[in-house]
Amino acid sequence: MDSVTAFQYAEPEAFLSPRLRAAAVRWLLVGTALAFLALFLALPLAAVFVEALRQGFDAYLAAIVEPDAAAAIRLTVLVAAVAVPLNVVFGVIAAWAIAKFDFPGRSLLITLIDLPFSVSPVISGLVFVLLFGLQGWLGPWLQAHDVQIIFAVPGIVLATVFVTFPFVARELIPLMQEQGTLEEEAAVVLGAGGWQVFRRVTLPNIKWGLLYGVLLCNARAMGEFGAVSVVSGHIRGLTNTMPLHVEILYNEYNFVASFAVASLLALLALVTLVAKSLVEWRLGETRGASQPDGAP
Amino acid sequence: MSIEVLGVAKRFGDFTALHEVDLKVETGELVALLGPSGSGKTTLLRVIAGLEQPDAGDVLFDGASAVARGARDRGVGFVFQHYALFRHMTVFDNVAFGLRVRPRGERPGAAEIRSRVAALLRLVQIDRLAARYPAELSGGQRQRVALARALAIEPKVLLLDEPFGALDAQVRKDLRRWLRRLHDEMHMTSVFVTHDQEEALELADRVAVMGQGRVEQIDTPDAIYDRPANPFVYQFLGNVNRLPCVVVGDRVELSGIFVDRLDRPPNGEGDAVLFVRPSEIDLLPGSAGLDGDAVVRFVAFTGPTVRLEVAPANGGPLIEVEVPKQAYRALDLRVGSRVFLRARRAALFPPMP
Repeated sequence: MDSVTAFQYAEPEAFLSPRLRAAAVRWLLVGTALAFLALFLALPLAAVFVEALRQGFDAYLAAIVEPDAAAAIRLTVLVAAVAVPLNVVFGVIAAWAIAKFDFPGRSLLITLIDLPFSVSPVISGLVFVLLFGLQGWLGPWLQAHDVQIIFAVPGIVLATVFVTFPFVARELIPLMQEQGTLEEEAAVVLGAGGWQVFRRVTLPNIKWGLLYGVLLCNARAMGEFGAVSVVSGHIRGLTNTMPLHVEILYNEYNFVASFAVASLLALLALVTLVAKSLVEWRLGETRGASQPDGAP
Repeated sequence: MSIEVLGVAKRFGDFTALHEVDLKVETGELVALLGPSGSGKTTLLRVIAGLEQPDAGDVLFDGASAVARGARDRGVGFVFQHYALFRHMTVFDNVAFGLRVRPRGERPGAAEIRSRVAALLRLVQIDRLAARYPAELSGGQRQRVALARALAIEPKVLLLDEPFGALDAQVRKDLRRWLRRLHDEMHMTSVFVTHDQEEALELADRVAVMGQGRVEQIDTPDAIYDRPANPFVYQFLGNVNRLPCVVVGDRVELSGIFVDRLDRPPNGEGDAVLFVRPSEIDLLPGSAGLDGDAVVRFVAFTGPTVRLEVAPANGGPLIEVEVPKQAYRALDLRVGSRVFLRARRAALFPPMP
């Protein structure tokens, strides 16, 4: 009997009850995840702001209002202001077509929408150089008509539109498929025209999903580096967007200015994250309330 | 407004939903489209509403073709199976929708919309729910909102797709009678789709039984129950025993049951199937000298009636019999008792392939 008792006390379970062990595992997992996030996300983010403010707030401000930086900010906002609305329109039309109609080529269209996600942004940029560049297919014709697309703003906009195309459509397709067409049919039977159906029935039902897509689309449009870098030509004050400007400043060892501009992009990311969580919360609420046969 | 469906056919890919269907609904009538799922009843309703374009045929409203007009311009009221309420709008806004989307010239003013919606909500008895959202309503309340919304455009034709499908048994019964009263008071022509024969028979002036994309029979509830035109209608409307038998001369040879009256006389000799409803069979006790030629195998008490399964003594399929509880008590039967069966009426059909 004695030996058996001694043996039982030697078991580790004797010190740690199953409940405590479960807690230990939980804290170990949570701790690891938090440590990882701190090391790879929070620390670099903090570093951006620390570096940007290393020589004080005045230097920080000066780096942002300096003409080339201001031009880069303006260009970035302009590009996003063109690319995001374009992709909202394309995205809504494509999602509507895919979710509410059945037509030949539907699955091909779904695949094509995903294309920008699956190719490297550098390739996306190169495609436009090959199309519109001097040696490209349309280059000679464009030059003859004095239209400049590559190494100019139109090229940057085109590349950004291409890279950010999937965000709105991808967000809306599952949402619109889930909602079906019954409410639209009900609206038509009640005498609503196509535009009235869209504005009064479809749009209110997809508005949070749409906003979510717009946020992601905007964040990517302002932050895109690869594709824009290929088509921009890096002309200071003319074709530099913020991400490109950050790189140039950094390569010139102008760390404070570089991090100052980068901190704006980081701020944009933070604002997007907060807005995204808010929208996600609303989206969850409306989806939860949308069950057609929900309990009374 | 009368509705006439002339030779309407509709296919979805390889599936034929409707084979050249004809149907006439008189002004002020309430007609049920009754059939199992996949019989084409909902498709027919959607064709009448203009939500589906027929591949062939025509739909006439008061004699004028409506096919060229889309659903938007037909001015019919449509109640969807799961109501399809606008989930982001309150009950009030749902009901007001049909008035608010009218062209500017025909649109009533805000005050008039308010009073008309309030009147409709009172009519369907949910005026206290005007500010709620559809997600906050019970199934029966949503049904009433859907109805008020459809009635807001003052339709001459009201179409309802399984209007009571998603409701509890008790709520269904109440709403059914209430809908009938509403139909009579509003002087509409109504068509509703259902798979529930009791609902169709109780509510409709006439019932169109549909199967596999065809109208099998259209008649008053009484006639359709008593004189089904074919085996499909017979089977679909209530329980029925199908007893294989042989016709010799003008006599039906069948073991275990006497037949008093044949609704459909034999159509030539040979194999046939006798259709007898369980409730149209009488039980007679065997007497001392004359033992019954069927044996009671199973007894179930289902409320006011008693359901028995009786096996003919010399083989053959089980026959289902339904008798009032009192009659059953008087017979003093139990499982194993021998009885005679007598069908008050039956119908003879050729055997099904």
